Amino acid sequence: MNVLELLIAVAFMVGVIGFVSLFALFAIWMERKVSAHMQDRLGPMETGGWHGWSQTIADTVKLLLKEDIIPTAVDQPLFRMAPYIVFTGALASFAVIPFAANLIGADLNIGVYYLVAVSSLVVIGILMAGWASNNKWALYGAMRSAAQMVSYEIPVVLSLLVPVLLAQSLSMQKLVEIQAGGFWHWTVFSHLPFALVAFVIYFWASLAEVNRTPFDIPEAESELVAGYHVEYSGMRFAMFFLAEYANMFVVAAVAATVFLGGWHAPLPFLELSTEVSWIGSAVVGTAWFVVKATFLVFVQMWLRWTLPRLRVDQLMRICWKVFLPFSFANVLLVSLWLAVKG
Amino acid sequence: MSITTEHRELILPQAETMLLGMGPSHPAMHGIIRLNLALDGERVADATIDIGFLHRGFEKMVERHTWNQAIIYTDRLNYVSAMINNVGYCLAVERLLGVETPPRCVYLRVIMSELSRVMDHLTCIAAQIMETGAMTVFLYCMKAREWIYEVVEMCCGARVTTNWTRVGGLMADVPADFPDAVRQRIPELRFVISEIDKLVTRNRIFIDRYRNVGVMPRDEAISRGFTGPCLRASGVPFDVRRDQPYLNYDEFDFEIPVGTNGDVYDRYLVRMFEMEQSLRIVEQALDKLPEGPVSVEDKSITLPDKKDVYGNIEGLINQFKLIMNGHGIKPPPGEVYQAVEAPNGELGFYIISTGEASPYKCRCRPPCLPLTAAMPRMIIGEMVADIIPIFGSINMIGGELDG
Repeated sequence: MNVLELLIAVAFMVGVIGFVSLFALFAIWMERKVSAHMQDRLGPMETGGWHGWSQTIADTVKLLLKEDIIPTAVDQPLFRMAPYIVFTGALASFAVIPFAANLIGADLNIGVYYLVAVSSLVVIGILMAGWASNNKWALYGAMRSAAQMVSYEIPVVLSLLVPVLLAQSLSMQKLVEIQAGGFWHWTVFSHLPFALVAFVIYFWASLAEVNRTPFDIPEAESELVAGYHVEYSGMRFAMFFLAEYANMFVVAAVAATVFLGGWHAPLPFLELSTEVSWIGSAVVGTAWFVVKATFLVFVQMWLRWTLPRLRVDQLMRICWKVFLPFSFANVLLVSLWLAVKG
Repeated sequence: MSITTEHRELILPQAETMLLGMGPSHPAMHGIIRLNLALDGERVADATIDIGFLHRGFEKMVERHTWNQAIIYTDRLNYVSAMINNVGYCLAVERLLGVETPPRCVYLRVIMSELSRVMDHLTCIAAQIMETGAMTVFLYCMKAREWIYEVVEMCCGARVTTNWTRVGGLMADVPADFPDAVRQRIPELRFVISEIDKLVTRNRIFIDRYRNVGVMPRDEAISRGFTGPCLRASGVPFDVRRDQPYLNYDEFDFEIPVGTNGDVYDRYLVRMFEMEQSLRIVEQALDKLPEGPVSVEDKSITLPDKKDVYGNIEGLINQFKLIMNGHGIKPPPGEVYQAVEAPNGELGFYIISTGEASPYKCRCRPPCLPLTAAMPRMIIGEMVADIIPIFGSINMIGGELDG
């Protein structure tokens, strides 16, 4: 690896961290505005002027300046480490997410596999936080979270296998490339009904992966107070908070990549080829990609402010008795269909 | 009462249970109640309940004040629907005195009682659903409650602690635009109720969370002294407004919804239907609202106009006689029990008079005490997450529970 490649890698890394932080700040503001307008309210309107755009920045500054409280009875190393592990899990996923044809951290030939593996890190972080807090509410939250995320990993992976089978590849870029040429070539539309079923299952299961309503039982504030992060305050709490929004973007980005054409525009003429302009192609591709992912993030928020929360046994029932059989049958049917087609 | 040592020995050897104190500082416990839970995983193995965090000594305070001064303490019983408490207390004292309030007062008391009932049910449904995760319903309900608060403000200038009735009438007549203001709000309230209905009643997640949770069978509900929506949800069509009519409820056409299962979902449905029935009563009462005075014209009960107090000696002496320590209203010796249908059930005032200027004894029968006492029975065997809808459905209000 020469110096230039190293520099590009470092630049990309810094860029991703910057993007994640900015997106999380934006998403928190967006969540407030979306929820407010769904509830006949205005949401933040003062801070920073136009529609309270800098409210989240002010909040982050406040959280940074707060006293860092570590209760005496906690398991110190684990308690300190947990938020960073959760955040790392969210951040590491960005390495294989293709923002544009020429903008990807590492186009691994096992991209999907890597993604599933690192996003499971989050469970470990949450379990650490819940156990180390030495608090019964936190322990309950962590236990629920571990059970939920481990269970929902299976339908997520099975539904991701459908596009993988169709593309005959685990590389994220390859998964996007087969969807070129207009929205009717996107996986979700081009292989009806299998891909559509897979997309729906993926989206719902991913809500459980990121602990969003109706699957937000690990932190169900009215039952478990705040769940696994009940003892956290200040910047450590902010890390959990940012990680939640970064994770929302990750699952939405994966859905956009493998099902909704990734960085491809809905109509071919709206794209810019790398041969025309290297930078332009990156910008246009990223724009389409972020728009799609943000739309899915919006849908996640929409559901959160509409639906009540499930109970823990109902959550498990849905996973093991509904999502799992359907996604399994789906994978089998796709495999059969591909085998018959030859 | 917390989980005792015997309790612990009873529970612990059988299963690996975890003791967990839920409340009083817990988002779902409103800061005024504590559940001591023994948990077997996600299941509640045993539970006891601690009450009394909001005890203010209502009965003692009433004994120390004159008959009219006690009214402001009734505001603080069920502070979500304070006007019904005002009405209940005043009806009891009026029965002791043997006076009948003028028809306009009776109609206004009915209108405001029913609007308070809508307000209380909206709050109960809102809090209950919010605690199961659907925040939006909560804000819709609060928006509608705000409209009723505006009407309450028209009547007495206050919103929560109304102090609106007086023994023998009301503090003042309502403004001239009161009937129109209420009429204008009724369709808007109906719209919000239908919005809530569309959002949750047939929502699969909501039904899964609420059906067959916290079931209270018919006979047990009766023997435990349930009243109000929780009793009706268990299938008993008992309503004080119809079975022991007070004010002029026998003149109105309204229905009493009855549930079949006695679960949390039925209690929600009963409350939803009752709001519609209350609005119907309000409409009928507005149509018939007569003109006339709002207080009895008896100088030994009703305060004189301020114009008379400052303008002539008779008015001044009259005011003096009613206000000064040891004077004032003196009902004849005797005792009375007057019940009204509060949003949570039968709200009763048992008052003993010895002919003095203040009550000898005033006992309030809080409708949510029997409901709260049944909490452990309803949550044992259910899951931790079910505590929240069950607790929300009994609509415990600390003010009246702890007295």
